[in-house]
Amino acid sequence: MIPSLLGISIVLFSLLAMAPGDPFEELATNPAIPPEVRANLRAKFGLDDPVWMRYWHWLIAMMQGDWGFSFVSRMDVSTLILQRLPVTLVVIGASQILAIAVALPVGVLAATRPYSLFDQIANTFAFIGFSLPTFFTGLVLILIFSIQLDWLPFVYRADISATGWAFYWEHIKQSIMPVTVLGLFQGAALVRFVRSSVLDVIRLDYVTTARSKGIGERKVITKHVVRNALIPVVTLVALQMPIVFGGAVVTEQIFRVPGIGSLLISAMLANDTPVVMGVTFVSACLVVLFNLIADILYGWLDPRIAFR
Amino acid sequence: MAEPLLDIRGLKTWFKTDDGMVRAVDGVDLHIDRGETLGVVGESGCGKTVTARSVLKLIDMPPGRFEEGKILWQGRDLIPLEQDEMNKIRAREIAIIFQEPMTSLNPVYTVGDQIAEVIELHQKLSRKQAMAGAAEMLRLVNIPNPQRRVNDYPHQFSGGMRQRVMIAMALSCQPKLLIADEPTTALDVTIQAQILELMQEMKERFGMAIMLITHAMGVVAETCQRVTVMYAGKVVEEAPVEALFGNPRHPYTQGLIRSIPRVDRAAEKKQRLEAIAGTVPSLLDPPPGCRFASRCKFAMDVCTQAMPPLKEVGPGHYVRCVL
Repeated sequence: MIPSLLGISIVLFSLLAMAPGDPFEELATNPAIPPEVRANLRAKFGLDDPVWMRYWHWLIAMMQGDWGFSFVSRMDVSTLILQRLPVTLVVIGASQILAIAVALPVGVLAATRPYSLFDQIANTFAFIGFSLPTFFTGLVLILIFSIQLDWLPFVYRADISATGWAFYWEHIKQSIMPVTVLGLFQGAALVRFVRSSVLDVIRLDYVTTARSKGIGERKVITKHVVRNALIPVVTLVALQMPIVFGGAVVTEQIFRVPGIGSLLISAMLANDTPVVMGVTFVSACLVVLFNLIADILYGWLDPRIAFR
Repeated sequence: MAEPLLDIRGLKTWFKTDDGMVRAVDGVDLHIDRGETLGVVGESGCGKTVTARSVLKLIDMPPGRFEEGKILWQGRDLIPLEQDEMNKIRAREIAIIFQEPMTSLNPVYTVGDQIAEVIELHQKLSRKQAMAGAAEMLRLVNIPNPQRRVNDYPHQFSGGMRQRVMIAMALSCQPKLLIADEPTTALDVTIQAQILELMQEMKERFGMAIMLITHAMGVVAETCQRVTVMYAGKVVEEAPVEALFGNPRHPYTQGLIRSIPRVDRAAEKKQRLEAIAGTVPSLLDPPPGCRFASRCKFAMDVCTQAMPPLKEVGPGHYVRCVL
């Protein structure tokens, strides 16, 4: 885990170092500031050092908990990220839970009645669901629920003045659309995957054995089929995490969610390298973390995989 | 004569496919008495497994369907039974073990769990008592260290051991009939003998009947009292085991017996093993007449015109042949 994070950080750092753009670009076009000031600033932040040396400095500082500070807002990168991260985690977490909560029962039910009406309806919706990009469904939802019906706010606000229950209610209301958009998009692909995974397991010999034991069909499915069918599903969910983060960046832009996605976009537009580095690295850490969780889940679901 | 334990009459289990109806089991009659071992033999694809699975209604429907016939279990027809009625008969009265011990056990539960599940369900025992019962069953099927092994997963057992586990599971509710669907086909020869011996031992202990499905004639000779020979979804001969081997009447049975490998003959007389030429005909729209006619050395004109009926040629010896 540590080596992969180190590798990721090296790649990220070199890519960002090679990217064109200069955080002090505007100083160059401002006639009031002499070019020496800009050169001094660059020297002060070590921007003219060779890449490997800058990486080394970054790494040492980061391990001491110093993530650098934003060239633009002059705030610590860690402060910025900590401000934004909870919102993103809540939105992504809730949408993943929604995705799994929808996909599991629908996928399992569809697989137990293949080619039935329910299966066909589920399949159709799944196809529609993952064919439509989140920026499209997001806009459609905003049009319907915010503009036509005026039920839900379409701008996500972090500064809600209400307290107590009203505070939570406002938060829930503004989270509904981003969570739904992300969750259903993920869930749609997952339905198809759960369905085919269950179909693969349901015709295996040990399921016939379970039936021959006189166990009711419902219990055969929940006890003997689903647990085995979940093993590949866990892989898919873990592998999809980077895509989920990518999707979250887009969704956060649409709903103006002040998460790390929007932080990343504004930092990139401003050539704010330390923030970009910080955000991408945090996302990388989260992806690696989810893979670790997937591995632990494997061990729990499948006794053939031993912990060692 | 007492009512047989299981009496299958004119059973037709057909499968709907894109090419038409596959008549996998096409009018099978067979019966098993209490405590006897019936061998069901025939080559691959002749409907043995479908017959066995039909008894426990383990056929996927669709595509499968019972076209005709009755499966009388102690006089009660199983075919119209609802799922939950059937579940009271499965494992408790009729148990089954399968050909592939490697894939017949669920890989994510311990063998103890899987055996205890049956005991808990049918004998209404607590989890703890059921687990103790599972360990006791493992001991009965000669698995060393049963107390410890109940907590092992199937992948920690060899093929032969897993088949023992399957037998333990099948017998845990002391069924009246054990259907063994080619229980030794996937095992190597030395293990085969052990498993057959174990089944024999268990039979003596619990007094159940066994329906032993196999294509190994040697196994039949050793373990069965009566034999039913199947060919292309039909019963072609039925006889007590001595009569079948001593005086096989159907050309297909004669062919099966001649195709038993004999080490002595092969080594001393350099005799080639005889095979039955050709393969089982397609079960999609089978032609009228005897299904074996196309491979039969003695085929005559009448053979292709109408299916010969089963006729009695000796005590308890029936054959479906004009000869």
